Amino acid sequence: MKGVRHYPGFLGITIACLVVLYAPLIVVTIYSFNDSNSITSWGGFSWRWYADVFTGPEADRFAAAAWNSITIAFLAATASTAIAVAAALAMIRGGRFKGKSATYALINLPLLVPEIVTAVATLIFFSTIGLTTGYLTILIAHITFCIPFAYLPIAARLSGIEETYEQAARDLYATRAQAFWLILLPLLMPGVISGYLLAFIISLDDFIITNFVKGAGMETLPTAIFGSVKQGIKPNIMAISTLMLAVSVLFVTLSYLVNRIGQKTRT
Amino acid sequence: MSTAIDIRSVVKRYGTTTALHSVGFEIGDNEFFTLLGPSGCGKTTLLRCIAGFEDVSEGQILLFGQDIAGLEPNLRPVNTVFQQYALFPHLSVIDNVAFGLKMKGMALDARRARAGKMLEMVHLSAFADRMPAQLSGGQQQRVALARALAPEPKVLLLDEPLSALDLKLRQAMRVELKSLQEQTGITFVFVTHDQEEALTMSDRIAVMSQGRVQQIGTARDIYEGPVNRFVADFIGETNLMEVDVTAISDGMADVILPGGHALRCPAAATTPGRHHLSIRPERVSLADGGEVTATVERVVYLGTDVQVMTRLPGGVPLSLRVQNSARIAIPAPGASVSLHLEEGAARLLAD
Repeated sequence: MKGVRHYPGFLGITIACLVVLYAPLIVVTIYSFNDSNSITSWGGFSWRWYADVFTGPEADRFAAAAWNSITIAFLAATASTAIAVAAALAMIRGGRFKGKSATYALINLPLLVPEIVTAVATLIFFSTIGLTTGYLTILIAHITFCIPFAYLPIAARLSGIEETYEQAARDLYATRAQAFWLILLPLLMPGVISGYLLAFIISLDDFIITNFVKGAGMETLPTAIFGSVKQGIKPNIMAISTLMLAVSVLFVTLSYLVNRIGQKTRT
Repeated sequence: MSTAIDIRSVVKRYGTTTALHSVGFEIGDNEFFTLLGPSGCGKTTLLRCIAGFEDVSEGQILLFGQDIAGLEPNLRPVNTVFQQYALFPHLSVIDNVAFGLKMKGMALDARRARAGKMLEMVHLSAFADRMPAQLSGGQQQRVALARALAPEPKVLLLDEPLSALDLKLRQAMRVELKSLQEQTGITFVFVTHDQEEALTMSDRIAVMSQGRVQQIGTARDIYEGPVNRFVADFIGETNLMEVDVTAISDGMADVILPGGHALRCPAAATTPGRHHLSIRPERVSLADGGEVTATVERVVYLGTDVQVMTRLPGGVPLSLRVQNSARIAIPAPGASVSLHLEEGAARLLAD
């Protein structure tokens, strides 16, 4: 079979895609080190905008927003991963049960529904039940839409683990709980970690839903950045964006590596 | 001999299909008992019912007199050696072997010592700190065995444990398994589709097909006295042919072979008429003045033996095994030969 490289136009399409996807990121990253006040003309290399992020006039706002983002991401990833593990166990080890396909659809719904719809629906839901928007409502919304992102790697890992390991444990006098904690969970760990990191990054990055349910005076990093940009893009935004990009790349890479190590230990 | 496992009319259904049709027999204490049959015959299902991974739909399974229905697998004093071993990949060899002891609450030092002893028994002491993935198939198999034997179960269940090994290793493991069983005095219930495995190791064999037990007996009983076509065909090689039965009495039948030769042989069938006759190829010999005449069709060289495929008058095939010896002349295809049926060569089967 001919390799994909031999198709006509392969090189052109590849370059076009790479440029469209990555050129903005590269520009932002480069200009975050720009010494100039302008966002378009290069004035030499400098760390000044990074310093500005941590010590400048907006530093307190960004610090508070970053704190909210990170704590929410941590809590949402933890909760959604726990729920995803339970869901994966039910879907893959639970045998046949009524409403299984419906359950599967429900778990993955946040992937399919346009985010703006989820955002509006979630806001209406909170106001209907009388929950004041704020930290808690952001957290609840994040847990919800993080579930499928945590679920997918966990479920993929679980379906690759043969049931005989748990049966062997049960056969060797382990209770259901012991078989789960001592045998299945360690085997499932690469999927769990990968799902956790993915959920964390999805929560950290979310803007649309957060913006709807955050309430007045409450900011996460993405909404804080958006707030600043509305008054004109300053180079410090590029520095923040580059920092977030670095965190995202780090987490996605970790998730990928953990999965790869996991594949090697699969027996 | 006291009874280790008493299986009483066990039925297992999955939805509308029935995997076990009222299976019932007893397995003695200290016995090496084999469930033998082709895939899908229900042997593994029965094993899983004993282990507790499946519930029986009807009937009872008694373990040393105690009904174990509804008992969780961890509460049954039986251990299993799985087909693919199912060694815990994240635990070292010694921790795998000690797992059952840990679950039973044995202290760390005691279980390490006992697991060490078990590894010694299967000649793997040097591998205690390796991970399962670092072992060969045969070594993993022995770890699985040590792991299952460590908690001193009353019954050891083995689910085709040798099927993933190559021939040489399989033959060596047969001997090792048999001697382990004799050493430990534990009842072994061994599941296999390999009749040779069953014949060489077992005290008794239950031949299963389509969810039913076809015959239970020693290797010799089953090989030499198959009760029906399935058993005769499944165990070893045999010639099966339809014959006319003129009379049956006291378990002996008068039958007419194709070609007209009359024969008296043991019978599992009880009524005259048309039945199947089994003739074991190694009990037929080339003999001048033998009672049966046949035409040689093909000769197949098998090393220690030579298989001579002949046809009786009327075209019914009959094959025989002749020892590859300088003293015996092997006829050429097309030659007419006379054959002698030794004592016990033929047996009339029930359908």
